[in-house]
Amino acid sequence: MELTLWTYEGPPHVGAMRIAASMEGVHYVLHAPQGDTYADLLFTMIERRDRRPPVTYTTFQARDLGGDTAELVKRSIQQAVDRFQPEALLVGESCTAELIQDQPGSLAHGMNLGVPVVSLDLPAYSKKENWGAAETLYQLCRGLLKDLVPAPGTAKPGPERWKQENRRPRVNLLGPSLLGFRCRDDVRELRGLLADHGIDVNVVAPLGARPADLIRLPAADANLCLYPEVAGPLCSWLERNFGTPVVRTVPIGIGATAQFLREISALLGLEPPELREADRSSRLPWYSKSVDSTYLTGKRVFIFADATHAIAAARIASRELGFTVVGLGSYSREQAREVRAAAKELGLEALISDDYLAVEQAMADAAPELVLGTQMERHSAKRLGIPCAVISAPLHVQDVPARYAPQMGWEGANVIFDSWVHPLMMGLEEHLIGMFRHDFEFVDGHFSHLEGASAPALQPPAAPAGEAQEVTPLSATPEGGALRWTASGEAELSRIPFFVRGKVRRNTEAYANERGVAEITEETLYEAKAHFSR
Amino acid sequence: MALTSTLPPVLRESGQREVFCGLTSIVWLHRRMPDAFFLVVGSRTCAHLVQSAAGVMIFAEPRFGTAILGERDLAGLADANEELDRVVGDLLARRPEIRMLFLVGSCPSEVIKLDLAKAAERINTRMQGRVRVVNYSGSGIETTFTQGEDGALTSLVPLLPSSPEPQLLIVGTLADGVEERFLSLFARMGLETVRTLPPRQSSDLPPVGPGTHLLLAQPFVADTVRALERRGAQRISAPYPLGVEGSCAWMAAAAAAFGIDPQRVAEVLDPLAERGRRALEPLRRKLEGKRLFLLPDSQLEIPLARFLSRECGMELVEVGTPYLDRQLMAEELPLLPAGTQLSEGQDVEKQLERVRASRPDLVVCGMGLANPLEAEGFATKWSIELVFSPIHGCDQAADLAELFARPLNRRELLQWN
Repeated sequence: MELTLWTYEGPPHVGAMRIAASMEGVHYVLHAPQGDTYADLLFTMIERRDRRPPVTYTTFQARDLGGDTAELVKRSIQQAVDRFQPEALLVGESCTAELIQDQPGSLAHGMNLGVPVVSLDLPAYSKKENWGAAETLYQLCRGLLKDLVPAPGTAKPGPERWKQENRRPRVNLLGPSLLGFRCRDDVRELRGLLADHGIDVNVVAPLGARPADLIRLPAADANLCLYPEVAGPLCSWLERNFGTPVVRTVPIGIGATAQFLREISALLGLEPPELREADRSSRLPWYSKSVDSTYLTGKRVFIFADATHAIAAARIASRELGFTVVGLGSYSREQAREVRAAAKELGLEALISDDYLAVEQAMADAAPELVLGTQMERHSAKRLGIPCAVISAPLHVQDVPARYAPQMGWEGANVIFDSWVHPLMMGLEEHLIGMFRHDFEFVDGHFSHLEGASAPALQPPAAPAGEAQEVTPLSATPEGGALRWTASGEAELSRIPFFVRGKVRRNTEAYANERGVAEITEETLYEAKAHFSR
Repeated sequence: MALTSTLPPVLRESGQREVFCGLTSIVWLHRRMPDAFFLVVGSRTCAHLVQSAAGVMIFAEPRFGTAILGERDLAGLADANEELDRVVGDLLARRPEIRMLFLVGSCPSEVIKLDLAKAAERINTRMQGRVRVVNYSGSGIETTFTQGEDGALTSLVPLLPSSPEPQLLIVGTLADGVEERFLSLFARMGLETVRTLPPRQSSDLPPVGPGTHLLLAQPFVADTVRALERRGAQRISAPYPLGVEGSCAWMAAAAAAFGIDPQRVAEVLDPLAERGRRALEPLRRKLEGKRLFLLPDSQLEIPLARFLSRECGMELVEVGTPYLDRQLMAEELPLLPAGTQLSEGQDVEKQLERVRASRPDLVVCGMGLANPLEAEGFATKWSIELVFSPIHGCDQAADLAELFARPLNRRELLQWN
């Protein structure tokens, strides 16, 4: 039993719903009580979908438990097939139905429905949403393709067969799904990018695919595993059984996109991409080199997201924007190894956790100047007065923007530059306002758009009424409690821009503690500064 | 009963229901009682449901959470009772300000028959009065949406002190501002001893006894009322305080129960009613003649339908309710226009077919259905807003009507050429 106040991922059947709702012609019969219908709103409200997810719930009640719930399952399956006439049917159960063991999958298989039926076994008490999505996509494709798997020992077609077949090379884009971060726009961006390199898209799945499209998956020369959380197991299975090679580099950021293109070209036997393509196609490299970006140098950034976006963000932040990554973590346990490797490269220990309070604590301890995270990190960062950009699911309705805003490819890099740097610019602007605050034109309280800006950075702003006791004070009480700031020390501290003031205060106190200094004067502050800048 | 004479037979349906479970009521109950914590004993689905229904209302550490059952608990590798004690111990150590802990049963905990009543008793003994622990079920196999509040309030009844003192006890959560307004209006009528269940502090539980008259602010508190009646309280029969008519009748019924001079009541209520109707007038012009379809959700459907038809002139196509409690609706049903089609329970696909066939001007429905219906060309109002918004009382009648007029106004405002 585990105490959870908020969770990054839903249960695994919500992952299955994401696959069903992303596709066309698929219907999902879910043996579940009525409360589980809440999941519809994830799609109709957060994704603003104009139709209900294709899910029929049995909505069994306590009084049904004494009777024949299996009959209710069969009736629901038959009604769903009759009403929606799906091209493939997913059948599964949520946490409560798992306990009563009606085996809805077996019941469906015994019904002669005349449509392919895929039975989903998603252990609700040990697995989570992304695992459920990956398993569903894999089971669905396996169910539809199992009769087409070549016999063992059959020669597998090579990735360069397109040359013999006298056509352009073609690839599958695997993993984009509803409730994934910016998947809709990433698909459009990659279609364009691949077309520019003479590569056709065979199938995009699950987003927008029909069951018949999944049957065409083996016709591709390569699979692009865009979101390993969702497409990892499927790509591996296709590779093992159909010999389709997998490109696992996720094209988010300049370096990753270039690497992605190089890998595809090498794999398919195409001309290597032109070296200057990135500079010509994206503004990020020049914007990052341009002189006003020098203030971005060494900005401390804390990253927490799903594995795909966390790893990509760490690479962009450290290599392409010149930030210092001071924390890196993910809630994706299945991809923990990759996240740990990425963190190690930056000299960090990865935080693998689904406890948002532990993430908030790590964030506070790392004293970052920018947070890249999920909606929950946005809340935590707001409490700590740190600017934040959202880079990953779980989503809020505002993460599904009306405009074209991909993360992948060249345009994705542009979007990332803007959305990460703007919150920092706001910080800089606040500093300028702070510098000029003694000018008579400035009235007190001029501080504008950056929440919590008038409070010293890294001090929690006033919490909502009734919640005040729930905020942990961040600046640790000096050991022994004997430490005292003199008036001159405080005055000097107040001259420091608010967004580094918290850090300076902490460093100075740590220095004073270490030296056994009881009173912090302006001189102590400068001694500490010299000490830490070594 | 009047129902049979003027209303056609109720359409009873049992198919797929598209309604939240009782856990959802934690979303408003935890805000009502800031010194209480709601611990769901359930699955990851329960945790995800409550946070999805609560939307972005997660500030710092919320005062609700889920003890998520794991494989080890189910396989019997861990003793679920010991595990629960451990989780509660950790929680209370972390949150020393909590005075009342609700252990909330869920579908999985009900199915595995985890005895939360015993757990509450055990933890109560261990806590020695530092925290009071009660339990109720919010499970979706037994409760819908607002029934969760009924369960929570019922669990408090045994803790209420006994007192024969004459008092008015308002049952059901009201928005704080609305509640204060009612208290001041009752005081003007000379009704001074008015208390509320739930109270604003869990440690401030109202007494109950033979002098207690119950006035229901919400129609979904049937079990609570029965438990209070067993403690000697008497229920005042009244319509619910939605709209000018309902609110005045509600307050007047309370005053009558205490023998307050009707003249004095009229002095207080008449100016309010007059002002309320004046404020309603422009909204009535907007809503009059518009056809309304209410899908079952919050159990507020019948009083809302009564208000929207009688005070706003809307035509009722179908009034759905998750279940119909004829006793608690006794004052409402006769006020519905003759011929109103009520439906109880749900078969969502069939009900949506009736929506499409009848082409109403406005559909009241849950969040899962609103955008899909909008995309089909129907104006909608999500019902969950009705349990979060201050909608009760004469002064709020126009605001309540405005919630329904807004989607229609918006459609008129938008132009694409």
